Amino acid sequence: MKIAVCIKQVVTREWQLRVNDNKSWIRDQDASFELNEPDAYALEEALRLKEKHTGEVVVCSAGPARASQVLREALARGADRAIHVESDSLASADAFVVAEALAAAVRDEKFDLVLTGLQSDDQGFGQVGVVLAEKLGMPHATIIMEVQATDAGLRVKRELEGGWFQWMTLPLPALLTIQSGINQLRYATLKGIMAAKKKEIRKVAPAATATAAQKILNVYFPEKGKKTQMLSGSPAEAAKALLHKLRDEARVIS
Amino acid sequence: MILVVAEQREGKLNRASWEAITAAQQAGAPIKIALLGSSVDSVAGELAAADAAEVIVVDAPALAEYTADGYVLGLAALIEAEAPTHVFFPHTYQTRDFAPALAARLQRALVTDVTAIKKQGDALVYVRPVFQGKLNADVSAEGPAPHLVTSQIGAFRADAAARGASAAAIRKASITVDASAIRQKPEAPFKEAKQAVDLSQAERIVAVGRGIKGQEHLQLVEKLAQAMGAEIAASRPICDSGWLPMDRQIGSSGQTVAPKLYVALGISGAIQHLVGMKGSRTIVAINKDPEAPIFEIADFGIVGDLFEVVPAIISELSK
Repeated sequence: MKIAVCIKQVVTREWQLRVNDNKSWIRDQDASFELNEPDAYALEEALRLKEKHTGEVVVCSAGPARASQVLREALARGADRAIHVESDSLASADAFVVAEALAAAVRDEKFDLVLTGLQSDDQGFGQVGVVLAEKLGMPHATIIMEVQATDAGLRVKRELEGGWFQWMTLPLPALLTIQSGINQLRYATLKGIMAAKKKEIRKVAPAATATAAQKILNVYFPEKGKKTQMLSGSPAEAAKALLHKLRDEARVIS
Repeated sequence: MILVVAEQREGKLNRASWEAITAAQQAGAPIKIALLGSSVDSVAGELAAADAAEVIVVDAPALAEYTADGYVLGLAALIEAEAPTHVFFPHTYQTRDFAPALAARLQRALVTDVTAIKKQGDALVYVRPVFQGKLNADVSAEGPAPHLVTSQIGAFRADAAARGASAAAIRKASITVDASAIRQKPEAPFKEAKQAVDLSQAERIVAVGRGIKGQEHLQLVEKLAQAMGAEIAASRPICDSGWLPMDRQIGSSGQTVAPKLYVALGISGAIQHLVGMKGSRTIVAINKDPEAPIFEIADFGIVGDLFEVVPAIISELSK
């Protein structure tokens, strides 16, 4: 099975977000970056499918030059090669632009299966995978918690809301968006890191035709709910104040 | 005209549809409500209570069970026939499954997970969370109408939807959906049998997130839960890591709870978690990040290291 995994580089969860001077995006020149977590599960699922059914795993990312870091990491975890659609403008691009960039890069490769994470930790559109499926003319299924290869194509377990699930079948080629927690992640071994240095990262220029469907006017910190009472002081003082509130005001513990 | 796409499964209306109706009514008037399915007259009747120009039912055997392909086909035809300025959806898992494909098919903008709408002249500006809710973004939809918009679950009040003086007219759209064009073949939805714990009955819940750092630290959380007479629960990453069983998970993919007391330890407050617990009567948040979104909905907040604060609370409880 020839599998593409679309991955994104996002700022680390630990990085204290700062907004840039014209409030259009974050100050990402100061940030540290990592692999978008749902995409890590998509990569892991691809590697497991390859181990079971043989084939090839190709990681693809649309982003600025720094995104090669997550492609290299994916190669170290076991992906065979990488495609990097490189442009600074992709750092905060909308879902249509990112999907078009990925579509142009993967269309001629004739993948059997394309995997993405269900959404990114930065923009959180939850759109790129499904838009990509439409652009590639593939059937898709989203928020997937199990993947079985069958003679006719795929049988996948979709997560619904509130603890419900549903199996569905679909023919190949197909695109799936993968839910976090579908598998247990592996991490790169030293051997994998060494091997990754010899693997190919093919660089592609983005398609010029894509037009953005939405524009960020400004970004800002949400206003705090006014009713929140912040309890300060040492841990002991804060704990004492909290229990006073919970016992005597809210009356939720005895 | 704004078209609101309501959601039903097995003849039962998803309550989030009313939230999308509220959002659309705030954005402009008039609205029409679309419903897809097969033999869904009673759901259409329920929706007709809304202050809407009409309820349009796309009734086709091929829509009896939800599929992305079926919904894209049905809605693309309906949107072409009705030519709305905007199409609103609740941001459910089902909408997330088909709306991006519909937007790509129509080549129209889709703005997802919208929490508020601002009017600037004739144009609408949408507020949506980015960076897991740590920041908000004001965004505009670009290109020709209709613009597609999904409303975040819980961001608009279902009970604030304006009702009509009399029931809205219900009309069946003359749209057929070709079953042979549907590539996904769904099986019946099911629940995992092992869901043994019903957290919705708990009076107090102590929930833990990424801030706990390692499974070995869960003992500390268990001690606090015991001292408070609380059930233990978690955000999704903790269950994904296998540190607590899946049936302890709170949020959109887990259980929805509204206890008297909810203590969130090291939980940043991504929306997927908040939707499962924000109905709790008293919410306590303890987190080292003062910007964590969980503080926006907490009644009491402590910014600090949970490994220092939690032992202090346990010690205070034993006094």
